[in-house]
Amino acid sequence: MRPLVQTLRALLAHWRRHPVQLAAWVVGLMLATALWSGVQALNTQARESYDRAAGLFAGAAQPMLVAREGETLTDDVFATLRQAGWPVSPLLEGRVRVGEQALTLVGIDPVTLPAEAAAASAVDQTGFELAAFLTRPGLTLAGPDTLQQLGVEPGAELRLASGALLPPLAVASTVPPGTLLVDVGLAQQLLQRPSELSRLLVADDPRWQTQALPEDLAERLYWQHGQSEDDLTRLTDSFHLNLTALGLLAFVVGLFIVNGATGLAFEQRSSLLRTLRACGVSGRQVVLALLFEVLLLALVAGLLGLLLGYGLAALLLPDVAASLQGLYGARVAGALQLEPRWWLAGLGMSLCGALLAAVGSLWQAARLPVLGLARREAWRAHQQRGVMLLALLGGGLWLLALGLFMAGSGLVVAFAGLAALLLGAALCLPGLLSVAVGIGQRLARGPVAEWFWAEARQQVSALSLALMALLLALAANIGVGSMVDSFRLTFTGWLDQRLAAEVYMNAEDAEQAEQMVEWLVGQPEIEAILPTGHLISRYADEPLELNGIRVHDTYRDHWPVQQQLADGWDRVGTGQAAMISEQMARRFDLAPGDSLTLGLAATPWLLQVAGIYADYGNPRAQMVVDLDALMARAEGPLRQGFSLRLHPDAAPQLVERARRDLGLEGTAVIDQASVRNFSEQVFERTFVATGALNTLTLGVAGVALLTSLLTLTQSRLPQLAPLWAQGLSRRHLAWLEWLRTLCLAGFTILLAVPLGLLLAWCLVAIINVEAFGWRLPLYLFPEQWLRLIGLAALTTVLATAWPLWRLGRQSPATWSKVFAHEQ
Amino acid sequence: MNNRIWLSVCLLLLAACSDGPDRTSAPAQQGFAGLGLAADAFATVERGGELAFPQDHAAHPEFRIEWWYVTANLEDREGRQYGMQWTLFRQALTPDGGLGHWQDGQVWMAHVGLTAAAEHWHAERFGRSGGGQAGVTTEPDYRVWLDDWSLQSVTAPGSPERGDPLEHIRVQAGTDNLAFDLVLQTDQPLVLHGEDGFSLKSERGQASWYYSQPFYQVNGTLVLGDGAERNVHGTGWLDREWSSQPLAPEQTGWDWFSLQLPDNERLMLFRLREQDNPDSYFAGTHIRSDGSTRPLAPQEIRMQPLETTRVAGRQVPTVWHLEVPVINLDIEARPLNPNAWMDTSIPYWEGPIEFSGSHSGHGYLEMTGY
Repeated sequence: MRPLVQTLRALLAHWRRHPVQLAAWVVGLMLATALWSGVQALNTQARESYDRAAGLFAGAAQPMLVAREGETLTDDVFATLRQAGWPVSPLLEGRVRVGEQALTLVGIDPVTLPAEAAAASAVDQTGFELAAFLTRPGLTLAGPDTLQQLGVEPGAELRLASGALLPPLAVASTVPPGTLLVDVGLAQQLLQRPSELSRLLVADDPRWQTQALPEDLAERLYWQHGQSEDDLTRLTDSFHLNLTALGLLAFVVGLFIVNGATGLAFEQRSSLLRTLRACGVSGRQVVLALLFEVLLLALVAGLLGLLLGYGLAALLLPDVAASLQGLYGARVAGALQLEPRWWLAGLGMSLCGALLAAVGSLWQAARLPVLGLARREAWRAHQQRGVMLLALLGGGLWLLALGLFMAGSGLVVAFAGLAALLLGAALCLPGLLSVAVGIGQRLARGPVAEWFWAEARQQVSALSLALMALLLALAANIGVGSMVDSFRLTFTGWLDQRLAAEVYMNAEDAEQAEQMVEWLVGQPEIEAILPTGHLISRYADEPLELNGIRVHDTYRDHWPVQQQLADGWDRVGTGQAAMISEQMARRFDLAPGDSLTLGLAATPWLLQVAGIYADYGNPRAQMVVDLDALMARAEGPLRQGFSLRLHPDAAPQLVERARRDLGLEGTAVIDQASVRNFSEQVFERTFVATGALNTLTLGVAGVALLTSLLTLTQSRLPQLAPLWAQGLSRRHLAWLEWLRTLCLAGFTILLAVPLGLLLAWCLVAIINVEAFGWRLPLYLFPEQWLRLIGLAALTTVLATAWPLWRLGRQSPATWSKVFAHEQ
Repeated sequence: MNNRIWLSVCLLLLAACSDGPDRTSAPAQQGFAGLGLAADAFATVERGGELAFPQDHAAHPEFRIEWWYVTANLEDREGRQYGMQWTLFRQALTPDGGLGHWQDGQVWMAHVGLTAAAEHWHAERFGRSGGGQAGVTTEPDYRVWLDDWSLQSVTAPGSPERGDPLEHIRVQAGTDNLAFDLVLQTDQPLVLHGEDGFSLKSERGQASWYYSQPFYQVNGTLVLGDGAERNVHGTGWLDREWSSQPLAPEQTGWDWFSLQLPDNERLMLFRLREQDNPDSYFAGTHIRSDGSTRPLAPQEIRMQPLETTRVAGRQVPTVWHLEVPVINLDIEARPLNPNAWMDTSIPYWEGPIEFSGSHSGHGYLEMTGY
């Protein structure tokens, strides 16, 4: 044990003498951990919210019985089924408003609730208070985040916009955000739907799912497997995968820093290691001591990184939550709540990353010859030979990427291809730089210039990791930036087409829809009323939005149709054809003229694909069909709405009047400008997190370059001192050094542009299609590249200036000491 | 079904009454399963009241607790013995019931058990009467149910005369591992315990309304764990009891016997225990073959455990010496299966017994609070 401790102390002494190197190491791993764990925190938080939403009434598989179109589910049905032995539990759901907040009120019966439903544990959490839940005044259970959002304390009694008073609030952490849980009887009163139920949950027991319903009920009810919330996880997967990919990229870039610092520290300590070995410390003990050292540093850096990551996640969470709500209607708790698992996983990732980054050095240490010559540049020379090997490996990765893109399918494969592409490019970088330097060397005239290029070649490998990081970060920035801007341009144009009507109205239920019609026909300024009906159904076991319309010139003239059969809209009007979204066409490989069958009711509905339209930003497949045909076939009630055509100037007044006369709120009536505004906001917010991560990645690359150079200047002295001795001034030498670094970095930056474009193309043509099901046209934004190149150049100049300025300022005594020390 | 929930339901007894005068009493002082809690605003059982039928076959939501309890000693064609238990408990969460359709404040719990010599099966369910999942109806037919577990009167087609709804009943229940469908019939009258149904449970005055139909002949089928259906016949006993505080606070459990004596006589005996005094209170009813009764005073009954069996980690007395000198009864009772443990959310022992001595025959034993 003693030799190990002594060895560790001797090794650690190195960091005391090189605090900047230590800082580089720690900062590198800290940033890597922070970005990775920050992204994971965001993902975990969002997923946890979905799980709560989906799990409130058991997992994704929770089967339910709901009423068919025109039927109402009532308590009697519940009683009848229970008395026939069916393990059903009643549920009533409705929307309520508390002040400005729209919330979901869910009524349950805790006594029959399937044990697997999270709501059961929500009730359990209140323990003794079950009696209070079941009797007056009752209890309102809500998640802690909902209370926070409402700004109230447990025990508070909320007043609904309808005037009704909710029972006192109690906290139950498994209730999803934005949801209030009360007893079903109370919910019937609060929602003014006496004896009414929304659905019957059926215990997750396969025996009952194959059982036939009692005859008289079979006509009134139908099975619904899984709510739309259950699809959230799948729908939002692509969003989270995007975030994860960016987080991973940042992590890898961070690891480059650690790897560089570890390698350098090893190289600088190689003579120390030899001395230790000569003193009788075994090779195993040396490696063990090095391993301890790495783990110790990784622990410190990992903990710091986790704190930073937590801060980052807390900062980005509101935007991520807003994106998810806007894109998918998914409610994500606005306050960060993390489990110990997150901290452990983050720390584990940090330790593994550090080990991965240090494995090369440890390997070297294990094979270090005791009596070998103390050749400082030994490992670097080895690496020089490795440039060729790296380039070969990089080429191999490119082939792999090509193979994955051509043969594979699925988002994970696409991302793997992208990773292979980026990593391959990074590995080829030293080789490409060597070629470039070789050209420079051939063109060089005069001893100083020749020396300049020869040294540059040697620096390629020393700086290669930092330059790789720069290449990756910059390429990612260009790629993602191009993708986002292309998307923005396309999206705005598409919104113009899609939002053809001046005012949109949405009815809560059939009764309100009737009120709306009555009111609308009395408004003289309205030129056309286009009724719509909306329904979430399923096609090939995936959620499908079914939009019913009555064909009108507005659709013919404005709908963003990409390709269609002749008289496409007229065909839709017959009820035997449909326009389908691009997502749907891609997902199910459908083209105009193809047929598809919807299993809406007992009788299948055969439809011809009349055309395909763009539907950006919608994760679900969507279809436009004839409204009357849809109404005739739908099992459940349609969500009805109206698109109104009128003079755009008259729209705001109409909206105002509708709100007043019909008592409508929020998005129940909205004019085109507001929809557009809202959609654009959602769009912008979606990419806020992406943008922030991107910028941070570039920042990390900057740090990588800075730390590499900081540590490098130390070791450069022996190379420079002879030239100084031959008459070149220190300042001159420092300038040459700076120029050389800038040459290498500049070349890297130039390479990053085509790589970034390639990345953008992959994102638009492969990742987007896989993730969202739509393909975007790729637009080029040269001014954006220039801005990024400028930023990267500035980062480089700043990162290189200080260490080289320090080099120039070092005293002649330091320079001359080089000759005194044994080389 | 959902034990966690019911546990809370049972504990709710504490919560529901926590603002009553007994709030300061320690948790131990609530009798078995909270049955010793003060009656508070609930209706109380008063001496001198009178039961009326068929009205009193229905539920009494103004009282806190009520049960319908059917047990039967059965035998199949091969001569194998079985015990059957079907129980429905009603529990009022609040005395001001009837506030709303769902919120009538009534929670129901049902237990079923089947006992064979070597095995014992049981099941438990919960429900609320609010949504129609459980309850009692008297019209058009008498029916008591929770889900598809039910007790209902059988009216023979074409018979215009309707007797008491309990004269001819059908009792059904089924779960994954047991099922039964039995018809119970008698032409004997109902039997009121204590003073016209007023059944005292302690010297301090805690009491319940208590009547029985102890004369049933039973026919029907059982399905046991092996899935095989067995035709059975035998004798059955129905108990109806309701109260708001049936136990004194310090009473921790009871031992209850229903015995079918020779010559179509019946005997009901129970002993209430306290923590340090197993003989807190005794009561019983001797029922003659014509249905006439002689209530037994506490000092007229002696009940002595002879052997205990370790069941579910507890020592439970399963062999008993019973003496009622006024009717010259001196018997020893043994269980068909000493492991007839009802491992429900409120666990207890309930199973068929045989007895011999001065008299011999079958019966049922229920023991709580062990």
